[in-house]
Amino acid sequence: MNSFSLEDKEDISIVLCGAAGQGIQTVEQFLTHVLQEDGYNVAATKEYMSRVRGGTNSTEIRISSKRVSAFVDRIDIFIPLNKTAIARQRKRITKDTIIISESELIKDEIDISKYKVIEIPWTELAQEIGSKVYLNTIAAGLIAELFQLDQEIGKKYLRNRFASKGEEIIQKNFEAFNKGCEIADTLISEKGLKIAIKKSSKKDKELLYNGASAVGMGAIAGGCNFICSYPMSPSTGVLVFLAKHAHDFDILVEQAEDEIAAINAGLGAAYAGARAMVTTSGGGFALMGEGLSLSGIIETPIVIHVAQRPGPGTGLPTRTEQGDLELVLYAGHGDFPRIILAPGSLQDAFYITQKAFNLADKFQVPVIILTDQYFMDLYYNIPPPDISKISIEKHITKTEKGYKRYKYTENGISPRGIPGYGEGLVRADSDEHTEDGFITEDLDVTRVKMVEKRLKKFDEVKKNVIPPDLLGTDKYKTLIIGWGSTFTAIKEALDIIADKEISFLHFKQVYPLHQKTKEFLEKAEKVIIIENNVTSQFSKLIKLYTGFEIKNKILKFNGMPFSVEELVEKIKKIEEV
Amino acid sequence: MSKKNIFDMDDIDIAWCPGCGDFQILTTLKEALVELDIKPNNLVLVSGIGQAAKTPQYLNCNFFNGLHGRSLPVAWAIKATNPELVVIAESGDGCSYGEGGNHFIHTVRRNPNITNFVHNNMIYGLTKGQASPTSRFGMKTGIQVDGVILDPFNPLTIAIGLDASFVARTYAGDQKHMKEMMIKAIKHKGYALLDILQPCVSFNKLNTYQWFKERIYYLENHDPTNRLEALKRAAEVEKFPLGIFYVNEKPTFEENTEVYHTNKKPIYKRERDLKKFSEKFL
Repeated sequence: MNSFSLEDKEDISIVLCGAAGQGIQTVEQFLTHVLQEDGYNVAATKEYMSRVRGGTNSTEIRISSKRVSAFVDRIDIFIPLNKTAIARQRKRITKDTIIISESELIKDEIDISKYKVIEIPWTELAQEIGSKVYLNTIAAGLIAELFQLDQEIGKKYLRNRFASKGEEIIQKNFEAFNKGCEIADTLISEKGLKIAIKKSSKKDKELLYNGASAVGMGAIAGGCNFICSYPMSPSTGVLVFLAKHAHDFDILVEQAEDEIAAINAGLGAAYAGARAMVTTSGGGFALMGEGLSLSGIIETPIVIHVAQRPGPGTGLPTRTEQGDLELVLYAGHGDFPRIILAPGSLQDAFYITQKAFNLADKFQVPVIILTDQYFMDLYYNIPPPDISKISIEKHITKTEKGYKRYKYTENGISPRGIPGYGEGLVRADSDEHTEDGFITEDLDVTRVKMVEKRLKKFDEVKKNVIPPDLLGTDKYKTLIIGWGSTFTAIKEALDIIADKEISFLHFKQVYPLHQKTKEFLEKAEKVIIIENNVTSQFSKLIKLYTGFEIKNKILKFNGMPFSVEELVEKIKKIEEV
Repeated sequence: MSKKNIFDMDDIDIAWCPGCGDFQILTTLKEALVELDIKPNNLVLVSGIGQAAKTPQYLNCNFFNGLHGRSLPVAWAIKATNPELVVIAESGDGCSYGEGGNHFIHTVRRNPNITNFVHNNMIYGLTKGQASPTSRFGMKTGIQVDGVILDPFNPLTIAIGLDASFVARTYAGDQKHMKEMMIKAIKHKGYALLDILQPCVSFNKLNTYQWFKERIYYLENHDPTNRLEALKRAAEVEKFPLGIFYVNEKPTFEENTEVYHTNKKPIYKRERDLKKFSEKFL
């Protein structure tokens, strides 16, 4: 019986599904790290409920002969860990899906005889070792062995993971891991459950990080030395990452009483010379609106990371959406320049966040980085960033007597002094002000000149826009437009469609738009925009600044990211018209 | 105006009403700063919005005139970024206790080494006479037409209740006492609250110079390390005791922050080591 063989697959998708607190994340962490270390290409995404215990959460782990970095619907191996798991994932389970489970958990939901079910008495086996908690390690061992993992790597990971719990717990986990391996060996020999994923041929060490860590690493490489934020899903990962590395890199990390305090503290720190950052989500950013505007008038740099989740209101706290583009575009009263960036890949997240600090410092403007829950929690292996390509550009001036903080200059950018560095006095004023920072109501001269000065900086910003990436031929007939986190899913979908006349234009800077945007759009016979929101916010922005109206829209707003398969299907459907 | 003080400014058009207590506060503050030998370029005055919040405009020093209610987060962050600076947050009762109430509570807990002067005139001056958080029960205004029906906010009991590092009150009508309190507050290591009672001659017809004169008295034989006694005195409603209510020497936010445990260099002066970045992550 060969029906369990997965040997013909170049890409395996494993989904674990169970209640919060059952340890799915532990298994995810284990498998992604050890398999990556053993040389496989891996990617992981998760979706979870806004609760600490119970409910039904799931993690998808892809192990592939090629690089992978997006979410797929297909499930090759499904491991349900509670009774609601099947119902929650029913749409994705097919006759080809191998279900590894205790019959108790699935018998009420599916006809076991009609699916590829492998019954394993997890709970009983775990209890034989000593406790139900070892179930996860048995499952992890089973999957690892299916991929013929070097067992030393697995044991090294377990030893580190449970080091603080003592030798006995480590040994119990080894026992559980070995049990999983034994079961896998039986499945391979008796059921023919064989996997033939090739390891990567790359010799160099790869990194395995998620979006939150990639943004955090970018911030560290950008010179960030101050972060003040209020915890809010799904943005907190960045705060946690910087806190974890604060000691090594001299970063002052402070949890604020609210988001209003966070951004005001960030601006105070930047005024005094720090490279400051805040991280939040839509609701928290809404509270920062006045502070954003303050950054505009006092011309003090700040990097604001906004990890989007579906609104309005509290919305779906642990889900994903690209619904806050218009919020960050229009937030803050009055007119002032701003920059909005939206990384598509984990590499982008690193380089873009790094660059955000330089841009903020150079133009003395707020720089917003837009990500989302899907991106924050998305893991895959990437080549290490090239540090020789980056530099921390500082634009702080030592002041002299008579220093004027808002001195008129040709490009609107005044040399930025900070208090205590030089003989000058540095006056930052949220009221309309004179060149030396004093409150003024001289309307016809000073007010007008100051408004013009601030907007002149925007002309400089526009000369430094990150160009959109064109994937595919420049002689395209159809042009797909995407921005931010949809990059990897769209790219993989187009690889599958393999139509040489379709190209993909991805924007990692969404505002201001690159000057060639219109040219790209007008060259296409057909333009399709793909966005994870309901009103196609980016196409509205494109229309506003280029006059070009995109008619074909693929939109999703149920709180989940696009899967590769649904993009293939939806793009093909539009192409057939 | 004769120039007698390095913090004096030339040719300034002051936006305060004649007779306003803000003038006494400004003059006294400049004297206190000179006595403490603080240099203008080493001082940052941080304010929010309101008549009191205009004070930094009239002093020769660095300032951050930010948003209404938000002076404290700005002030602690400046101090944390560069602990070598002297940082004073100065604003009115509406800004500090109303709009910025949450920051007030948490800055007391945070205990940065900054000074907080609150001009407390029990009224909103800049917006022309609405109730402030410290307005007395029953006071009539254009909005509170039947009189204020909320109990007044007591900043001192709140601060002492939160075990603040330094809590004092003074009165703009007594410049000698005010200067002594300002000097002690600035010299104190840790968050120091100085609530400054002040009449508003234009909009507050209830809490006048005469009204305050009848109600203030000076704390004597008071042990400022006795928290319960301090609370008792701060909770008085009929009278307003002046002086230092409570002193609680404890480590500051900057001292408790890991970045300054072994290295005292301000964080903005430190260079990011990209080699270390490579070692750590790559």
